[in-house]
Amino acid sequence: MIIYGVALLAACMLAGNVIGELIGAAIGVDSNVGGVGLAMLLLVFVVYRLQQNGRLDLSSRRGVEFWSSLYIPIVVAMAASQNVVGAVTGGPVAVVGGLLVVAVSFALVPVIARLGAGKYAVPLDELESAQNKESHDE
Amino acid sequence: MSERLLDVFTSNGLITAFAAVGLLMLICNLVSTHLTAGRIHGSAIAIAAGLVLSYIGGLTTGGEDGLADIALFSGLGLMGGSMLRDFAIVATAFGVDVGELRKAGLNGVVALFAGLGVPFVLGGVVAYLFGYTDPVAVTTIGAGAATYIVGPVTGSAIGAGSDLIALSIAIGLVKSISVMIITPAIARTISLNNPSAALVFGGMMGTTSGVAGGLAATDPRLVPYGAMTATFYTGLGCLLGPSLFYLIVRALLGG
Repeated sequence: MIIYGVALLAACMLAGNVIGELIGAAIGVDSNVGGVGLAMLLLVFVVYRLQQNGRLDLSSRRGVEFWSSLYIPIVVAMAASQNVVGAVTGGPVAVVGGLLVVAVSFALVPVIARLGAGKYAVPLDELESAQNKESHDE
Repeated sequence: MSERLLDVFTSNGLITAFAAVGLLMLICNLVSTHLTAGRIHGSAIAIAAGLVLSYIGGLTTGGEDGLADIALFSGLGLMGGSMLRDFAIVATAFGVDVGELRKAGLNGVVALFAGLGVPFVLGGVVAYLFGYTDPVAVTTIGAGAATYIVGPVTGSAIGAGSDLIALSIAIGLVKSISVMIITPAIARTISLNNPSAALVFGGMMGTTSGVAGGLAATDPRLVPYGAMTATFYTGLGCLLGPSLFYLIVRALLGG
């Protein structure tokens, strides 16, 4: 049933937020510490176990997938309901910060990829030749 | 009469928001396909359009909730509010396949932590240099430099104002769009031609839409690998942003 998936998702989110509140109280911070992140890790773990036992049927999956696919539209709604007028003075921060982070991150990709290049580090066939191969197979 | 008709929309605020956002996304997807040849994802254009509409809404009403201050669009506040937002974000973790994630191995893990450390530190430093010295502001902007999700989630957890949250969405959006555009151009230079590099790439960049868009334009077969570590990045970022990162910033800046 679809509601099982939705309920599983809801339970994970509530549990994550409860743990987040407890951590916040424990370290003396007046905020929810990482509830969303904890909930995501919890969902990954629970779904993995349920799938191993074959206890997650298609319609339950749909209940979670539906909300997952609403993610971008909800982010759009979030963007449309912020105090952008108040943020405009900070425009240069957004551009400078964003571009700087992207430049440094790109530079680090080959460095980290080379660390422990395993069996998945084999380059894929050239896309064109791969497509040719597929068409030959048909 | 017109008041009576308007009432249909305002009393069904959330439903009106669904319809309005759907229409906006339809337009933005058309713009993406026809004006940018698919190079910039419709989703990134839609988020940017959302920010612009929010700006217009703020100028018109003088309020602090962007377009949601206009009665007709008040449902946007509920749709994009923290409850449904967090619910949908948690749901995206459903796409993470633990078995596949194991393939990422050591360099995947290193990429995730480096990928979060770089924006937290650089974003935070840039914010500080631009005069944001409050720990909450530095943390929210630094988290926004991770992704436009980690920023708002972190910001609302530590009590940042709506203007800071808007700023963190904007910085995440700059990152997302530039990743989409730059990736296909420099994929060869950084040897982004195999699943392992794609897993590292997703963990390093973290912006799911930027990674998916950039890899799709490079080689569509790499998208699932990059998108998976990027999703994991979001979860880890939402965990570390309001906790470890905030505590470090607060210890450094005081307050």
